[in-house]
Amino acid sequence: MTEELDAGLIAEQVEEHPEAIDQPDATRHIGRPLKRKEDRRLITGRTRWTDNIQLPGLMHMAIVRSPVAHARINRVDVSAALDRPGVIAAFSAADLGDALGTLPCAWPVTADMVHPDHHPLATDEVRHVGEAVAVVVATDRYAAADATEAVEVDYEPLPAVTDMEEALKDEVLVHADKGTNKTYLWPFDGGDYDAARAQAEAEGGIVFKRRYIQQRLIPAAMEPRSVVVEPLTEGDEYTVYSATQIPHILRLMLALTCGIPEQQIRVIAPDVGGGFGSKLNVYAEEVIALVVARKLGRPVKWTESRSEGFQATIHGRDQIQDIEVAATRDGRILGLSVDLKADMGAYLQLVTPGIPVLGAFMFNAIYKMDAYRFRCTGVFTTKTPTDAYRGAGRPEATYAIERIMSDLAYELGIDPIELRRRNWIKHEEFPYTTIAGLTYDSGNYEAATARALELFGYDELRREQQERRDRNDPVQLGIGISTFTEMCGLAPSRVLGSLSYGAGGWEAASIRMLPSGKVEVVTGTTPHGQGHLTAWSQIAADALGVPFEDVNVIFGDTQSSPVGMDTYGSRSLVVGGVAVHLAARKVVDKARKVAAHLLEAAEGDVEFSGGTFSVKGSPDAKTTIQEVSLATFAAHNLPDGMEPTINADAVLDPENFSFPHGTHLCAVEVDTETGRPTIRTYVAVDDIGNVINPLIVEGQVHGGLAQGIAQALYEEAVYDADANLVTGTMVDYLVPSAADLPEFTTDRTETPSTTNPLGVKGVGEAGTIASTPAVVGAVVDAVHHLGVQEIRMPTTPERVWRAINNSGSDGGSRAAEGTIAYGGPQTSTTAGGAE
Amino acid sequence: MARIEVTVDGVSYHDEVEPRLLLVHYLRERLGKVGTPIGCDTSNCGACTVHVDGVSVKSCTMLAVQADGTQITTIEGLAQNGQLHPVQQAFHDNHALQCGFCTPGMIMASVDLLQHNPSPSDEEIRHGLEGNLCRCTGYQNIVRAVRQAAEKSAEVTA
Repeated sequence: MTEELDAGLIAEQVEEHPEAIDQPDATRHIGRPLKRKEDRRLITGRTRWTDNIQLPGLMHMAIVRSPVAHARINRVDVSAALDRPGVIAAFSAADLGDALGTLPCAWPVTADMVHPDHHPLATDEVRHVGEAVAVVVATDRYAAADATEAVEVDYEPLPAVTDMEEALKDEVLVHADKGTNKTYLWPFDGGDYDAARAQAEAEGGIVFKRRYIQQRLIPAAMEPRSVVVEPLTEGDEYTVYSATQIPHILRLMLALTCGIPEQQIRVIAPDVGGGFGSKLNVYAEEVIALVVARKLGRPVKWTESRSEGFQATIHGRDQIQDIEVAATRDGRILGLSVDLKADMGAYLQLVTPGIPVLGAFMFNAIYKMDAYRFRCTGVFTTKTPTDAYRGAGRPEATYAIERIMSDLAYELGIDPIELRRRNWIKHEEFPYTTIAGLTYDSGNYEAATARALELFGYDELRREQQERRDRNDPVQLGIGISTFTEMCGLAPSRVLGSLSYGAGGWEAASIRMLPSGKVEVVTGTTPHGQGHLTAWSQIAADALGVPFEDVNVIFGDTQSSPVGMDTYGSRSLVVGGVAVHLAARKVVDKARKVAAHLLEAAEGDVEFSGGTFSVKGSPDAKTTIQEVSLATFAAHNLPDGMEPTINADAVLDPENFSFPHGTHLCAVEVDTETGRPTIRTYVAVDDIGNVINPLIVEGQVHGGLAQGIAQALYEEAVYDADANLVTGTMVDYLVPSAADLPEFTTDRTETPSTTNPLGVKGVGEAGTIASTPAVVGAVVDAVHHLGVQEIRMPTTPERVWRAINNSGSDGGSRAAEGTIAYGGPQTSTTAGGAE
Repeated sequence: MARIEVTVDGVSYHDEVEPRLLLVHYLRERLGKVGTPIGCDTSNCGACTVHVDGVSVKSCTMLAVQADGTQITTIEGLAQNGQLHPVQQAFHDNHALQCGFCTPGMIMASVDLLQHNPSPSDEEIRHGLEGNLCRCTGYQNIVRAVRQAAEKSAEVTA
């Protein structure tokens, strides 16, 4: 068994995946489905999860958490815990005082945003179930967990508020001293929406509203969060191991929060078992562990239990979306108005306020329109904070626009594909500046849609749908459509600055040419499943003309990879991967000077191809990049004045976002007698531009689909009226298994991005962003002829059944009534009386 | 404290353990067998799946004392003489893992599945792995890997 990818193996793989053959040069690695270098350790159990770490004198930390959502803390007494066997120390917030600092929020979206202090250990009040109140440190994890029960906390209950519209009444305040639960109002206007609406009304068009609910989700990365802090023997220095997506950002934030000089903190993200945004944060436990290790001078470990994580790790989504569209009678969109309420939870975590604001640029999606109005209101409730979860603001926006496009098609009696075609940006119109102010560099919605329709068998399925309706079949068929785009590859730093984000969006890479001819790539991205070791090797190997197996990639440690902005927002390839390419090109430029000197030729006459420098017109005068590397290391014979290195760094600040797009089609069968929806066919045609590794891309799409489908059909974080998390364990919160998901049909069109030299776009979140409206749209479509207009996510059998049978208010609504379950009555206005 | 004697990945251990110690904690924290991870606290995720006397068990559902006298195989003991087990190889060949956290349990459960059903249908694979959760792959490539491992085993025995 060998990990080596010899030429024969590459040839065999290319044979299996003929799409990789059309490379001009048979030695190219980009575009090939090369198997991952990462796998060997992971499939044999030789892993480095944070919780695996054992250190001499390691202490274990357990957190005492609030069992109530909202209460005044009258007293915390840890003294009884200190008497328990194995207990080394126990602390309340008061015991640790200012050393804990307050947790950072790096995205104050407005100047007047309400930003309450967020203490790692609660001081005067707790504001959500699971908030940390005290910490116990013991010799092993069982002793620490046992002793948490001995910590006495006197809670004086305060009222909870879970519903955003209730919260906005400011009758129950989450932060009494702030006087309001409204975090911010973030407005955007493109064009004049009122004028667009008036035009629709005057010209006999259509104006109607919908309310869609983005339920709260729990990210549930398979590896629970974990942190180990090791104080170094000399001075105030620490190594922090954390299951984090952001070692570089975490290092800075820990330094600022705890008042430890940044150069004295090293953060290592060892193997990290998934993140999906939930590990894009600075968490209380990371700060507490650092403070405890600092105070006691010994290493400490904390690993969350899954149920603990469900309360203490950020949640995602949780929005009320009121959306209104104004269109002409023939289906041209004149204007779109979005009134968003976004649940922050009880506190602002690292980027909590910015997540719904990211959606502002995506509600208009791929469609042309004259006017767009967006209002987002952030709201505090007594629930776990929300923050980035796969897609982060864009899935929510995509859901609303794709649902209302299909609803508009119903209202106008136009095929939903045809309606989209009448409104989308045509391929010859790129680059196109949208009503939301973004410039989409490239796209071909026609091509992706045509391919998806073909794979799906759209016309046939529509015929079958009609037949089932005609014969009143108990099993009805629905078709859901999502012609999505998204903005990713975060991001041009100037744009982030204009949105008040606290950092830039650049990414760094370094190439180190070793004397033996091997290559080290240092990247600032921090993979946790995305396969950067493999993909960055492919990029570097092609740019340098070296074998794939000669490249190693270093990441996830602020000491060995000191400069980086980490991995989130589908940014790694389009920013970090491109930076690798740019750094490699700089290496070649430097090496060319050395090669010219060695070959006694003018630099301008030296050509580089496939790892070899040669002199124009002198076929025998050649040297390899490996030879140049060794010659530079020896430095015996370099051009005068040249530094003895061909290593190079690149830091790329992207000129634009990346705009992947695609067309996803879903066919769902609904058993009208039981309400059970079953996905029959799912077709995803994605356009992510040029592809580095199709195997990895397909895996990203599959995983994204699974999470988007899970939102549509299965997952919901449910709170009761007292703000207890009812779905507090994996028993209650349905993360789908293999048996719950269908086989997907995936394909791609390739419209290269024009804003980076590799022509690549992000893919990490596309599947999640696209799939939710396709699935829910299909469920609704299956029963729309029965008068069902809306079914709340997740579209469980009970909700579907109730919607069909017009019984109860849990999530279904019928067009005839014009109401939906969540909130007050909605009016469906058709202007002009043309119906 | 209770005395136990277990064989793990071919090495025999004699230990005194607290009666409440979970097998998975015994493996990870006492024996350093950290290849077997813990993904939940309700026995839903299956990340900690090992073989006890040849049968797959979620090692968080068993106490170390219950494992007394048994032979345990973990993901670390599955490859023999540097040769990957066909299921491990199939996971690599089919990109059936991303972050890799569920992978040890998923592979151990798949090996057990194929022992009981050497040529499962896709639906049987999906139902057979129902007790193992993956958040990265959407399962499609896992199903493909198990199917391919079954086909390759069938070729070998044919």
